[in-house]
Amino acid sequence: MTGMLRWAFAGLLALLAVGLVSVVLQIPEIGGGLRSQVMAQLPESGVDHAVTAVLLNFRGYDTFLELVVLLLALFGAWGLSDSIDEAQLDTDIAVLTELVAFLVPVLILVAAYLLWVGAYSPGGAFQGGAVLAGAGVLLSLCDPGWRSRRIERTAELLLVPGVLVFLLVGLGSMLLGGQFLEYPKDIAGSLILLIEAFAMLSIAVTLHTLFAGTPRVGGDR
Amino acid sequence: MTPAQLYALVGIGLFFVGLYALGVRRHLLPRILALNIMGSGVFVVLVALARRSSEVDPVPHAMVITGIVVAVSATALALRLMLRVAHATGSAQLTDTGDD
Amino acid sequence: MSIVSPLVQPVLLIALPLVGSIMAFLLSSRRATVGVAVVAGNLGLVGGLIGRLCATGPWQHSVGGWGAPLGIDLYLDGLSATMLAMTALVSLGISAYSAAYFSATAARHFWPLWLLLLAAMNALFLSRDLFNLYVTLELVGIAAVALTAMRGQRDALVAAMRYLLTTLLGSMSYLLGVALLYHSVGSVDMVLIGETPVPPPVAAAAFALMAVGLLLKTALFPFHFWLPGAHSSASAPVSAALSALVVKVGFYILLRLWIEVFPALADEIAGLLGFLGGVAVLWGSLQAILQQRAKMLVAYSTVAQLGYFFLALPLVAAGGSRVWGAIVLLVLAHALAKAAMFMAAGNLLAFAGHDRIRDLDRVVQRMPLTAAALGLAGVSIMGLPPSGGFSGKWLLLQASLEQGNWPIALVLLLGGVLAAVYVFKLLEHIFTSGTPTGEPRAVARTMEWAPLMLAIGAIALGFLTTTVLDLLAVGEPFVPGRRDDY
Repeated sequence: MTGMLRWAFAGLLALLAVGLVSVVLQIPEIGGGLRSQVMAQLPESGVDHAVTAVLLNFRGYDTFLELVVLLLALFGAWGLSDSIDEAQLDTDIAVLTELVAFLVPVLILVAAYLLWVGAYSPGGAFQGGAVLAGAGVLLSLCDPGWRSRRIERTAELLLVPGVLVFLLVGLGSMLLGGQFLEYPKDIAGSLILLIEAFAMLSIAVTLHTLFAGTPRVGGDR
Repeated sequence: MTPAQLYALVGIGLFFVGLYALGVRRHLLPRILALNIMGSGVFVVLVALARRSSEVDPVPHAMVITGIVVAVSATALALRLMLRVAHATGSAQLTDTGDD
Repeated sequence: MSIVSPLVQPVLLIALPLVGSIMAFLLSSRRATVGVAVVAGNLGLVGGLIGRLCATGPWQHSVGGWGAPLGIDLYLDGLSATMLAMTALVSLGISAYSAAYFSATAARHFWPLWLLLLAAMNALFLSRDLFNLYVTLELVGIAAVALTAMRGQRDALVAAMRYLLTTLLGSMSYLLGVALLYHSVGSVDMVLIGETPVPPPVAAAAFALMAVGLLLKTALFPFHFWLPGAHSSASAPVSAALSALVVKVGFYILLRLWIEVFPALADEIAGLLGFLGGVAVLWGSLQAILQQRAKMLVAYSTVAQLGYFFLALPLVAAGGSRVWGAIVLLVLAHALAKAAMFMAAGNLLAFAGHDRIRDLDRVVQRMPLTAAALGLAGVSIMGLPPSGGFSGKWLLLQASLEQGNWPIALVLLLGGVLAAVYVFKLLEHIFTSGTPTGEPRAVARTMEWAPLMLAIGAIALGFLTTTVLDLLAVGEPFVPGRRDDY
């Protein structure tokens, strides 16, 4: 873009930004939004943390679809995976290897903790899954082939339980006479933990696969 | 202006800075990053305005978590696609017809 | 029926293709069989849902049992049912075609993505929650981009990249608008927002942001720049899906917003959108006429046909449900006809090894079904009777004349003439005897029947106009606010 055009574009955007700023300042006070409803229903939700309750119960359907988005991105990346030469990393760095050897077990523990604590404080499947994926990425930086040599098939199978368990719980609720994803109140907390556990595994494997590799499930190479 | 509103304005600023970069930069990687910045801007607006009253509204927080995951997925695909485009055309800039 | 009816649940429209997609991912063979079976099952489900809809009226499914505004509601009325039926029918045709089209290596990537796209579109048409719609929009967009890029050729990759950047930009704009609305109202449910007063500047800004985002995805002029490249460079079944279904989802959401959330604001910009729609019709048709390659011609035809939906918007203020019904009819007819055209063009490509219009020789002798499909689809695109395209355009023409809107009437007629020019341009070379440039390859039977069936569907729509309009009217989707009938 030429200089003149850039200035014009910037000017236009600045105008729009100012307009939007004035709009935001005019947004009316609505007294806490949906907070009161969330807090009122929180005891029924099976968890004690408001955001987790919204994510996994009240608006659990969004979370379910979000897991599908992750899987979709992986399928899409898989479809694009041919003929890219991965860059060769220099992985023979002592400090890196030592650090990763120390960090990875810690990260796994942190991930498990985040999963568990999500019921009471900020945390949950996504946070835990991201940390776990980070651990995997660190390992890949040290030893790029660590997955393909050991647990490739298992890892690939772990891609789908997140979505499937969520779906099964949701459909199961319908069999019990409720709506989709309407957890029976007495076991809501346990169901949420179950969903989150599998979701964490799938999220971690998906994120790491997006970074480091391409799945080869189904016997095709 | 309350702190919440101030943060919301920051979010709007991020949105437009990202939009500027998206329109002006030619290389694909800054453009993908620009989209991420725009996304962050929207998330900041969502979360900032949730703090307006003394009680924080948890629903926008959940929305932002969802949005972050969606953004990560889209970015992952975009980066893979960018690599393929660069591999196929020899350049990480979109040529042919069309701007933006 | 009592055993079957509990099975007929809207949620299964999302669950079935999703499970099918995962199965297609995990299996090492029979992917196409699973795919076609799932899509056929999807069509059956939609049929069952329509039956229930007509018997008991519209209904709502509060996911999680909470109900809006705390939870997310799925809602089925005449409009969503019609869109679901359109998706189901066209998807079946595309799936049958794809079963024969893709090699085994391509199929392992195609089926998981394609079935997820179907699940995403179903989820979108059932949702009334603006944030949930954002998630489904991203699902549809990412799936569409991945399918476009799958082909792997340079032009497909570049077009897919441009498509991805554009669709993500649209989503960001849309989401910012949703953020503004949520913080003004305290809900992201469409109907609740529509019932709550929002300060005009905020409403205008939110509408502008959301509309721009959706228009980018629906490729209304001047936001159409990404479409011809993406739709023409993708594989034939993917092109069919993109033009027939994917571009419609943005328009569907805009329609819902128009009616439920922003009725007053929308009428103010109807004129602008109508103008842009008219430009799209004329300019797109002219570009189509100038194209040398069949797929580019069909892609520009999509740009033009999408213009019709917006061209008619100035008529809705006075015309109401009748005009909306005509627009939806055009959406349906275009979906059937355009999918048929792209699949038929794919046959030409497979047959001749290229799609240069000038060099296509006597296809009509070797592939009579394909030629018939192109001809029938062309009839609907041109708006000739009897066809769905004709019914829609006729109703719009009536409305524009009744309202004294001569410009719209003029563009409707002119657009039809221009469409005839590019359709005949495509058909004449198929019927002439040029010199064959190379050995023609046989095309599988399914690949010829699928577009023909869809094209026949576009024609049949002309005879079924009143039935479709009656179905559309269930639940009064074009009247804001009614949610109290169940």
